[in-house]
Amino acid sequence: MSEKNIKNLEEIFEARIARDEKIEPKDWMPEKYRQTHIRQISQHAHSEIIGMLPEGNWITRAPSLRRKAALLAKVQDEAGHGLYLYSACETLGISRDELYEQLHSGKAKYSSIFNYPTITWADMGAIGWLVDGAAIINQVPLCNTSFGPYARAMVRVCKEESFHQRQGFEIMLTLCRGSEEQKAMAQDALNRWWWPSLMMLGPTDAESVHTEQSMKWKLKRKSNDELRQQFIDQTVPQADLLGITVPDPDLKWNEETGHYDFGEIDWDEFWQVVKGHGPCNKERMNARVNAWNNGEWVRDAAMAYAEKNANKKVAKAS
Amino acid sequence: MTEKRNWPLWEIFVRSKNGLEHRHFGSLHAADAEMALENARDVYTRRNEGVSIWVVESKHITASNPEQNGEMFEPAQDKVYRHPTFYDLPDEVKHM
Amino acid sequence: MKNQNLYNYILTIADNSLILAQRLGELCGHGPNLETDIALTNISLDLLGQTRSYYQYAAKISGEDKTEDDIAFLRIEREYKNCLLVEQPNTHFGYVIGRQFLFDVYHFMLMEKLQNSKDETLTAIAKKSIKEVSYHKRFSSDWIKRLGDGTEESNVKMQEAIDDLWRYTDELFLMTEAEKIMVKEGIGIDVSSFKEKYYEEVAEVLKDATLNVPENKYFTKGGKEGVHTEHMGYILADLQYMQRTYPNMTW
Ligand SMILES: [Fe+2]
Ligand SMILES: [Fe+2]
Ligand SMILES: [Fe+2]
Repeated sequence: MSEKNIKNLEEIFEARIARDEKIEPKDWMPEKYRQTHIRQISQHAHSEIIGMLPEGNWITRAPSLRRKAALLAKVQDEAGHGLYLYSACETLGISRDELYEQLHSGKAKYSSIFNYPTITWADMGAIGWLVDGAAIINQVPLCNTSFGPYARAMVRVCKEESFHQRQGFEIMLTLCRGSEEQKAMAQDALNRWWWPSLMMLGPTDAESVHTEQSMKWKLKRKSNDELRQQFIDQTVPQADLLGITVPDPDLKWNEETGHYDFGEIDWDEFWQVVKGHGPCNKERMNARVNAWNNGEWVRDAAMAYAEKNANKKVAKAS
Repeated sequence: MTEKRNWPLWEIFVRSKNGLEHRHFGSLHAADAEMALENARDVYTRRNEGVSIWVVESKHITASNPEQNGEMFEPAQDKVYRHPTFYDLPDEVKHM
Repeated sequence: MKNQNLYNYILTIADNSLILAQRLGELCGHGPNLETDIALTNISLDLLGQTRSYYQYAAKISGEDKTEDDIAFLRIEREYKNCLLVEQPNTHFGYVIGRQFLFDVYHFMLMEKLQNSKDETLTAIAKKSIKEVSYHKRFSSDWIKRLGDGTEESNVKMQEAIDDLWRYTDELFLMTEAEKIMVKEGIGIDVSSFKEKYYEEVAEVLKDATLNVPENKYFTKGGKEGVHTEHMGYILADLQYMQRTYPNMTW
């Protein structure tokens, strides 16, 4: 194809997106669109399955049967989200195994928040409330993103996410209405998860590289800073309701802007974790790699069995 | 050991309730059809979303080529006589 | 407690579901594939749901001011009546499937009979559970075949698990005092009555899976009487951690 032709196709392509048309897997698309989507969707998928680990850590220790069932169902949902998103990614011509390979080799990234440890039961509350809360803010706009399979996966994901945040908040609420020890546990969890949750919405606009292109392709609707502000504005009143304190001495309602002002985020910490030196990066990656490697004989066996049986069926048919 | 092969991809179609058609719900990996059905049940009907499931290995689906969308679909656009509103009837004729 | 026997009887059934759910819960996020993770979690959730129904009933008839959580979390090890089979660890996926299968076949037969108990609550729980258990059994039998008749390696691993777990199967059919009394009252099930059928069905699936039926005739028992394997203490350490560390709180 000549360069002029491609340029033409690209213009038509961008115009379709601008008209809010969806792009489907077999449609022509610029290579950059494909690569960007593979990167973003797989990163998102990886985050879902790595995200199972910190919460999975408390399934056996959940303090009541009701909480245990809810937590199990929640972590299971995250596996489902990973699965929907890997499937969406696969429509772009890359296999799940290749995507795993990228994750396991450290080439692919995932959300840094999951590199923090879950050390008390209250962390289950804080994660549901704050981490799923921030995720929802990130994800809702993606239900209208330009790539069809991604948009459809996100519709399903968002529908399921709402229970996650509610169960998290309910855990916090119960703790805050409980004993002094429980309330302290809730406060401690907020202290540890607040800043990483703010970081979850991405680097500041000044440092964020992909934003403009992503806006055009509807991978992003609002900037990181706008999303962060939205998250803070909606979450602070919830903390007030719980009766616990957001660990930011600079946090203050601003009458003029109609938003909360907040303190400086420690971006050094953010980049340290992104680069692999967070408290649990190694543990998370080891858990995934081990699960995959230990499961190899199982996957191979199922495949071998399927092939044998397919042969048997063929033999019968002839 | 035999050459390494990964579980193939399957497309999942779910009937949400009797009277409705099966709708494409998504895809998943499974070694064989039975497993695909079981996985589909566990992945796509956890919240009571279905009463019937079809699975088909993705490689068996033949798709139309979007580059031929012109010849495939546009010829149908001007066949307005296939639609009831093409025909003018007096208002007195009801229920037709 | 005036219903002590019924209470104990409920626990012999319910504790199996609790402990197996707990074991499966350990696996969430660590399985061989996302799809199998989701499937095993579903089984765990089914079992947990059953556990809650039984415990709620047990709490009600205890005549004491008990909740399902008191029963689940606040007993000493000797008071848990689950069979030894369900507390065995997730050594590898072959053990997970082997344990599940050996239990599912039994569980299904038990639920089949329990549907006709004179006790209406137990009947209702059994009627709901049997659909779940029927699915579990299909799932685990299918996997027994895949692993048994898959690759050479998987055959060895699956056989290893079956051989190891085999000695815990006989206990499923031993009758405790509470069971015997409940059978007399038409409430409980004589589990020894379907022992033969159990071994037949198990053997059939194993044969299909090109696995050997172990010839070992030495069995281990104790769980149903509260004498557990060394694993149980660690299971309870996890299970009870919160309730023991922070007593008398609402979660
Ligand atoms: Fe998430
Ligand atoms: Fe999620
Ligand atoms: Fe979530």
